[in-house]
Amino acid sequence: MAGNNKGFRIFANIIMIFLTLCCLLPFILLLMASITDEATLTLYGYSFFPRVVNFRAYEYLFQSVNKIARAYGITVFVTAVGTTINVFMTMFMAYLLSKRDLPGRNALSFFIFFTMLFSGGMIPSYIVWSQYMHVGDSIWGLILPNLALGAYNVILMRTYFTTNIPQDLLEAAEMDSCSELGMLFRISIPLSKPMLSTVALFSALAYWNDWINGLYYLTRRNDLYSIQNVLNSMMNNVQFLKENTLDASSAQITTQIPTSGVRMAIAVISIVPIMVIYPFFQKAFIKGIVIGGVKG
Amino acid sequence: MKQKKQTAIVDKAVKRKQTIRKLRKYAPLYLCALPGFLYMIVNNYLPMGGLILAFKKYSFAKGIIKSPWNGLGNFTYLFGSKWAKIMFRNTIGYNILFLVLGTVFAIFVAIILNEVKKKAAQQIYQTLILIPHLVSTVLIGYLVYAFLSSTNGFVNKGILEPLGLKGIEWYTQAKYWPFILTIVQLWRSFGFQSIVYFATIIGFDKTYYEAAVVDGATTWQQIIRITLPLLKPTVIILTIMALGRMFASDFGLFYQVPQNSGLLYSTTTTIDTFVYRTLMQDHDVGRSLAAGFLQSILGFCVVMLTNAIVRKTEPDSALF
Repeated sequence: MAGNNKGFRIFANIIMIFLTLCCLLPFILLLMASITDEATLTLYGYSFFPRVVNFRAYEYLFQSVNKIARAYGITVFVTAVGTTINVFMTMFMAYLLSKRDLPGRNALSFFIFFTMLFSGGMIPSYIVWSQYMHVGDSIWGLILPNLALGAYNVILMRTYFTTNIPQDLLEAAEMDSCSELGMLFRISIPLSKPMLSTVALFSALAYWNDWINGLYYLTRRNDLYSIQNVLNSMMNNVQFLKENTLDASSAQITTQIPTSGVRMAIAVISIVPIMVIYPFFQKAFIKGIVIGGVKG
Repeated sequence: MKQKKQTAIVDKAVKRKQTIRKLRKYAPLYLCALPGFLYMIVNNYLPMGGLILAFKKYSFAKGIIKSPWNGLGNFTYLFGSKWAKIMFRNTIGYNILFLVLGTVFAIFVAIILNEVKKKAAQQIYQTLILIPHLVSTVLIGYLVYAFLSSTNGFVNKGILEPLGLKGIEWYTQAKYWPFILTIVQLWRSFGFQSIVYFATIIGFDKTYYEAAVVDGATTWQQIIRITLPLLKPTVIILTIMALGRMFASDFGLFYQVPQNSGLLYSTTTTIDTFVYRTLMQDHDVGRSLAAGFLQSILGFCVVMLTNAIVRKTEPDSALF
């Protein structure tokens, strides 16, 4: 009996170690690709154990720091501003709907909920944001469309407010003639920090990793590219060259494409911040996935 | 009789007064929430109205209202192309494939993770298998490229050629991509999905297992007889939710991972990539609008239908 259990536990650990390696190895290959010497690369390709290692790609990046630093700055800016907007809008909507005797509560809840059931899709959304809201080729094109508010977060947050904030506490505050907004900032927010930080975390991750807004809304201003858009356009250029025979325009593109090592180095740099702070938010991340898990 | 009527009128007046008092009390809260509601109008509701464009001949100069009607022209045009069939087949096919394999694999990992028993080890495994879920699909495209690039890729240079086999031009051969895309999708989503199942498993009543141990059940028997049956409701809910997304596809996966390579379109085109390509690359708004319209409407129908079914069978897990 006991032997059986122990055997199973060892087996479980072996499987989990194997799966963990499967998750990590591609990242290690990427890292190795970024420090492989160019000549070695042409001979042996990307390898987990490159024969000649150098950091020229990173040296090059730090020398020609302008474009990449700019893209990095834009990513940081968009993430910071977008997440702030998202958290505040989510919080205010959720708090309003957490008031049980609110006139119009059901109608407003339905208004929010319905956006989860039905969507106009990409093109009407693109037309509205670019033709009517004029966010195209501006920094707002990266911040506003789609990412600034999620109905599901509002509903999660509202549920958190109604179930985790003691009603007595709010009533007592009301007795002491505390205003409704005062209660939000003095009671509800301090008591909802775990939930708020989860919303902020997922929003920040979505902004950091987004490239679709840039793809749709930045058609001319590639100086506004975020780091993800830079990665995307480099890969597009490589692909373009492969599919088209050499002519004047492709020759021009060739000169714009950084070497493979540099491209891989930019990719590595784009995930470094996430990997560095991941250990600090992994618990909140796992919890957030479990809370929102049913949504998928 | 008269008195009853009077009290009714008084009641109404009192109620109205209360509502007005509440409206005044909550006025600052409404005001603070207003930007959110306005945002939803612009971001969600206006595009819903924009769906009528599927029946119009859209011109960017004339806008939504003034563009002329086109009847079913966009739809006949869409179905006149071979891509209509391909994109629906691929979207639904991949969704079913991902759903079945993803669920089985996630449950397997969740059970294995539970059998690790040591809390600290479980925490480490969970943290590490979630890493693929942290990065963008652009980056996943780079990771896949590092393996599959025909000139430098690890699979060709590190595995096939040293074995004396010929390298494969992965990015030009459509037949490999159903496998590649499925592996990539499983790789990046199994951690996320298995953690949802794992959280369910650790919530189970421990007494079932204790009783089973007393009766001399092996670990294997416990899994088959206790864990799996208890997981059934969660599997049903998650499956139904996934069915609701049957017509949606992850644009990033199907656009970035195959590098939007034209030679792969037959096995990598889904509704979302088709909509993007026809709109932004071919500037063929009509087809794009018709495809997007079908995706929205069919998606909505599937959500309503699945919810109706859940309400009949498992009322507690119905979405609404």
